[in-house]
Amino acid sequence: MNRTDPLVLGIETSCDETGIGIVRGRTLLSNTIASSMDEHARYGGVVPEVAARAHLEALQPAIERAVAEAGVRLDDLDAVAVTSGPGLAGALMVGVGAAKALALALGKPLYAVNHLVGHIAADIVAPDTDPLEYPTIALLVSGGHTSLLHVRDLTSDVELLGETIDDAAGEAFDKVARILGLPYPGGPQIDRAAEGGDPAAIRFPRGLSRASDLERHRFDFSFSGLKTSVARWIEQREQASEVVPLADVAASFREAVVDVLVTKALDACETRGVPRLLLGGGVIANRRLREVALARAEERGVTVRIPPLSLCTDNGAMIAALAAQLIASGRDPSTLAFGADSTLPVTEIQVAEREAVTA
Amino acid sequence: MILAIDSSLGSSVAVVDPATEDVCAQADSEGTRGHAEVIGTLLERALAEAGAVPADITHVAVGMGPGPFTGLRIGIAAARAFATGRGIPVVPVVSHDAAALERQTDGRFSVVTDARRRENAVSTYEGSDDGIPRRVSGPVLVPQPRAEDLTNTRDSEGSGEGVSTPARTQNLSAPDPAAGAPLGEVVHARSIAAGAIGILAARMLRAGRIPEIGEPLYLRAPDAKLPGPVKRVST
Ligand SMILES: [Zn+2]
Repeated sequence: MNRTDPLVLGIETSCDETGIGIVRGRTLLSNTIASSMDEHARYGGVVPEVAARAHLEALQPAIERAVAEAGVRLDDLDAVAVTSGPGLAGALMVGVGAAKALALALGKPLYAVNHLVGHIAADIVAPDTDPLEYPTIALLVSGGHTSLLHVRDLTSDVELLGETIDDAAGEAFDKVARILGLPYPGGPQIDRAAEGGDPAAIRFPRGLSRASDLERHRFDFSFSGLKTSVARWIEQREQASEVVPLADVAASFREAVVDVLVTKALDACETRGVPRLLLGGGVIANRRLREVALARAEERGVTVRIPPLSLCTDNGAMIAALAAQLIASGRDPSTLAFGADSTLPVTEIQVAEREAVTA
Repeated sequence: MILAIDSSLGSSVAVVDPATEDVCAQADSEGTRGHAEVIGTLLERALAEAGAVPADITHVAVGMGPGPFTGLRIGIAAARAFATGRGIPVVPVVSHDAAALERQTDGRFSVVTDARRRENAVSTYEGSDDGIPRRVSGPVLVPQPRAEDLTNTRDSEGSGEGVSTPARTQNLSAPDPAAGAPLGEVVHARSIAAGAIGILAARMLRAGRIPEIGEPLYLRAPDAKLPGPVKRVST
């Protein structure tokens, strides 16, 4: 196996994107994504069974497309990689089953890896960037997760500082969009509705940000109270037969989410003495979040890295990139016995590594 | 050689010689959970016991169900990925047909599997074409009969020859075709043998009739509720 610049195919099926990525070391060769997002729209959120069915139908064509785009042959691969967790169990299992069979058919080693750490690895294969420096704080925000991590070493030392205790930030966008009568997915809809709105018009609550919260939940997030607060505010206006200023509500809600995300991320940078912040996850598509993060980080002397959006949303390239780093650092492949772990802790960067054979 | 996989009930992987219909090896896991965990090891074991390497495999046969969603998909995902890896075709097989193959009778009978949620999946067979059991109806879901409706329940031993499955047969006193109830002798299949899936695929290939089964035979729509009106939060 080429350990310096291994050619790796990564399979990602933890939520509603079927991602197949191919990388050669730090070079991205293909980032193929088939999304079932449209199928979830009428339900107002990701339906696990719908997602799992879509993965099964999308996998084979996605692998074929990725291989063609990368201009490689499956036989050329050094390894196959797959997301073991965290994510939706039934969806993850489709990728796990496929990855095991693909690795066996090709006679290649298999690496089962952590989805969240994969989001950090995405930056490595972002074209035309300098290598990511460690340590870094990472803020990962999507419809499935909202996590703040302290990354000392990508392949061996990642610490979870905090995460959401209820809804993920992306979920909050979806739920508030529904309250505002806007379709799914909520992020882009709220962005559009917020145009021209005053982000300071309504002071919605910042979850887990009171002094009394900071001791136990300093780096945790909560968006469920914010959602209720938006709903109540609107109901009160409607009860009083007042016009609901949609743009102001959308802009103020978005500001509350962005504020709490950026404040906690920069607090983590300061507390841990780490002047670097990496952003990842689909919610990074939100322009206001990127603007506020960049502006406030600059004031604090923190460098912000944001991979291209196609590498921020769930994708297979990040899974392949993480495995390539694990291979380069000398890690052995996973055994064939691992499964899907919907709550895989971030400290388990690779799952079921084969025990080294001692001579 | 045909690699055959079925995960519609338990997990089963076999290597079948299409010329002789020999089941060279079959590796099984009875558990109705943990399909994703065991599939790799079963594939590895079946190939090793058959003395085959992936390059020897010319087709991948796979049971398309019916079966509980989550497990059923694992075998199909593995079959498709293995086939993609080798650039060979997948032969989809109705999992009940494999249980029917092992029954070896020309009379009318029904294969019944537990579909959970107090429902059974039922397919009825009579006769065969090209050595492939002729499915005259199903698979469909029917409510599980109440215990008092069942008569003459008796246990029967399988053939014990690697590809055996049926664990229990019984006769229903009053089959009701309109309700989709099982017709004729009822064969309760507790597991599906991948060896039988492989033999069926060999016969289908020989007869030149590969069924077009694009999607797994889930027989149920996904559990998903359309959202109702937004609930009020104020009191
Ligand atoms: Zn993600």
